[in-house]
Amino acid sequence: MAVVFERPKTLIKKPFTYCPGCHHGLAQRIIAEVIDELGIENKTIGVGPVGCSVYIYQFLDTDFVMGAHGRAPAIATGIKRTQPDKIVFSYQGDGDIAAIGTAEILHAANRGELISSFFINNAVFGMTGGQMAPTTILKQKTTTSPKGREPKSHGFPLQLCEVLSACQGSAYLSRVALTNPKLINQAKRSIKKALLTQIEGRGFSLVEILSPCPTNWGMSPQEAVDWLEKEMIPYYPLGEIAVKEGILHA
Amino acid sequence: MHNEIIIGGFGGQGILFLGKVLATAGMLEGYHVSWFPSYGPEMRGGTANCTVIISDQEIGATISDHPHIVVAMNEPSLFRFAPSLKEGGLLLINSSLVEKEYQKEGIEIAKIPANQLAGKVVNNPKTLNMVVLGALIGYRPILPLSQVHRALEECLAGKEGLIEKNNQALETGWQYACQGGVTHVSQR
Amino acid sequence: MEKKILMKGNEAIAEAAVQAGCQLYFGYPITPQTEISEYLSQRLPEVGGVFLQAESEVAAINMVYGASASGARVMTSSSGPGISLKQEGISYLTVAELPCVIVNMSRGGPGLGNIQPSQSDYFQAVKGGGHGDYKLIVLAPSSVQELITLTHRAFYLADKYRNPVEILGDGMLGQMMEPVVFTKPQFPPLPSKDWAIKGKNGRERKVVGRLTLEAQALEEVNLRLHRKYQEIQKNEVLFEAFGSPEPDLLLVGFGTTARILKTVVREGEKKGLKLGLIRPITLFPFPRDEINRLANQAGKVLVVEMNLGQMVEDVRLSVEGRVPVFFYGRTGGMIPTAETILSRVEQIVS
Ligand SMILES: Cc1ncc(C[n+]2csc(CCOP(=O)(O)OP(=O)(O)O)c2C)c(N)n1
Ligand code: SF4
Ligand SMILES: [Mg+2]
Repeated sequence: MAVVFERPKTLIKKPFTYCPGCHHGLAQRIIAEVIDELGIENKTIGVGPVGCSVYIYQFLDTDFVMGAHGRAPAIATGIKRTQPDKIVFSYQGDGDIAAIGTAEILHAANRGELISSFFINNAVFGMTGGQMAPTTILKQKTTTSPKGREPKSHGFPLQLCEVLSACQGSAYLSRVALTNPKLINQAKRSIKKALLTQIEGRGFSLVEILSPCPTNWGMSPQEAVDWLEKEMIPYYPLGEIAVKEGILHA
Repeated sequence: MHNEIIIGGFGGQGILFLGKVLATAGMLEGYHVSWFPSYGPEMRGGTANCTVIISDQEIGATISDHPHIVVAMNEPSLFRFAPSLKEGGLLLINSSLVEKEYQKEGIEIAKIPANQLAGKVVNNPKTLNMVVLGALIGYRPILPLSQVHRALEECLAGKEGLIEKNNQALETGWQYACQGGVTHVSQR
Repeated sequence: MEKKILMKGNEAIAEAAVQAGCQLYFGYPITPQTEISEYLSQRLPEVGGVFLQAESEVAAINMVYGASASGARVMTSSSGPGISLKQEGISYLTVAELPCVIVNMSRGGPGLGNIQPSQSDYFQAVKGGGHGDYKLIVLAPSSVQELITLTHRAFYLADKYRNPVEILGDGMLGQMMEPVVFTKPQFPPLPSKDWAIKGKNGRERKVVGRLTLEAQALEEVNLRLHRKYQEIQKNEVLFEAFGSPEPDLLLVGFGTTARILKTVVREGEKKGLKLGLIRPITLFPFPRDEINRLANQAGKVLVVEMNLGQMVEDVRLSVEGRVPVFFYGRTGGMIPTAETILSRVEQIVS
């Protein structure tokens, strides 16, 4: 990966503490760049989740609120309804957004809440040591699906973007990955579109970012990238899943 | 008999397993034992440590404020745990990874090039934890070596293929310690 | 499994649950207790049981509700924030009189807190963290061996009284390994669960949980539950007495803290101090009579907890103001040391 970035202003000058090969840091850097480009660093408020994503507040130089596991979209709603002129985003993992926080994200989308959610899908509960997540793919072994995920007892991988696309309030839903420079550029465009959707008052926006968790997948960083491309993308096809113009607030 | 032992190093050095074998050996010898790991968010490249207590009395807290033995498998754990060592305690250093010198009055300092011994003598770099355990028992015979071998076999149940190399590693560390491998002893 | 083996607290609970006939487990990962889930995800299917990772703790406790209403032995486990989320379900379980076992390997709070050992969920467990006039039976193990025996007992008591039982441990008990021996759970026979819903199958229908809008009717329900709690208080108190039978100072502590207090008693002895220790094993029912008796004999009490003073309130209620009750606590995941407690003891005694 030969992409060389200049350090975005909105990225605090300190090394990421994520595991080698984890894309949490990369995703946060791209969000910081977009915030820079939109010039919104002074009116952006982030809402942190519980999971490895929580460390975002240590790296992104905007105001932040940290809340309970899965509730970030509700907290973001509270902030946005109090301060409609602010840009409010949540940054959540798959356990946080698609397991315990399913109700909050679904209803934020359904209300067309003017917030943006960045969703790091790494197919496991990373911080707690690699348990099965709703996004774990079939046959994937985790510490709580030791023989591999199988539909009969564990159900199917949850495609959150597709689920949310059924909500009228979802104005922009997109799924991206950061495994090569081309995809990184696409991801950046998606993140920008999501924030613009909010800025333009068109409705709820979410970008799902597929991300490796080499530590809990038991792989080297390169193996993890390969696995993501080969095994995960077929379950989670990349691209814009819903782009709806001015449904609610236009 | 009461020994509190802290083993510290990088994740991936087999620290928790070392502690488990040591605690199992204590149990087989008929002592009260406890094993308590460091635990935290699953980030790689972090430090790992565990506390093992072996005693002829019921064990209270399973952490130790003033250990009798500190095993420093890397530099950060040397500076983190060695200062709390009890008077007369043993500081066992993996000199393959620790270059800095450490000074503290009233303790015994022993060094073992565990990575080199595991790599060159045992021919299996992963056995460095057992080299260190062998050395620990060599310097401070708190338990018979034979019991540690038994414990190792118990802990490797189901992975019998690994027993031979690990036994060899224990032996290597033990011999190194017994043949005057103490490179530095600081006395009051 | 009569052999002595070294086992981690969380795994010991999980294995003990299987031996106690736990057929289903519903949980959601949270440190420092996730090994219970991980162990059972492997083990329960081996014995024909069901392991299911729920989408949240709220779902997990309600899955427990359904399984218990179906007459099965069922368990869930969590820590801090997850146990808070279960409170609504727990309140429903108590009034529906559904047996189940809930494990809380507590950690530092409030809020997200941290994952270090703590005892600051005592109020939540003992005084009822959810709404309404209910009580849980609360067991406080202090060693890995006791995690096993109390897990066995928890399933028995839950069925005996048709009441949820909480095992209140902490991160230290969950994460540490100690030698254990698995013995067969042995308890008196229990009545059959003829209240379980299994489909009418020709008999009159049964309903679990009910709507009691009439004040008088709901008072009746509460009074009946209350009589049950009094029965539990009379029959099920468990404690351990340690140290001098005629102490100059009585120490009271539970769980991990009690382990440290035993060291304090022994170290105190070396200094010529006569110290006694009462370790409540049941937090509800609380061993108030025994504490009252020994406290009056000693004339002074020191309560030590890993919180800022929770069980100490029950100790004060037990002695009804007749004896001074001192308190020492650490919080936020800090573990009190025997050394500091002993110096506190010396201050109080002199
Ligand atoms: C109510 C509650 N339940 C459980 C937890 C424990 N917990 C912390 S992080 C986490 C999962 C995080 O997974 P994910 O959201 O996928 O984030 P990742 O670490 O993979 O980025 C869980 C279950 C908690 N803190 N609060
Ligand atoms: S555990 Fe996984 S998600 Fe968390 S920092 Fe490491 S690689 Fe990233
Ligand atoms: Mg995740």
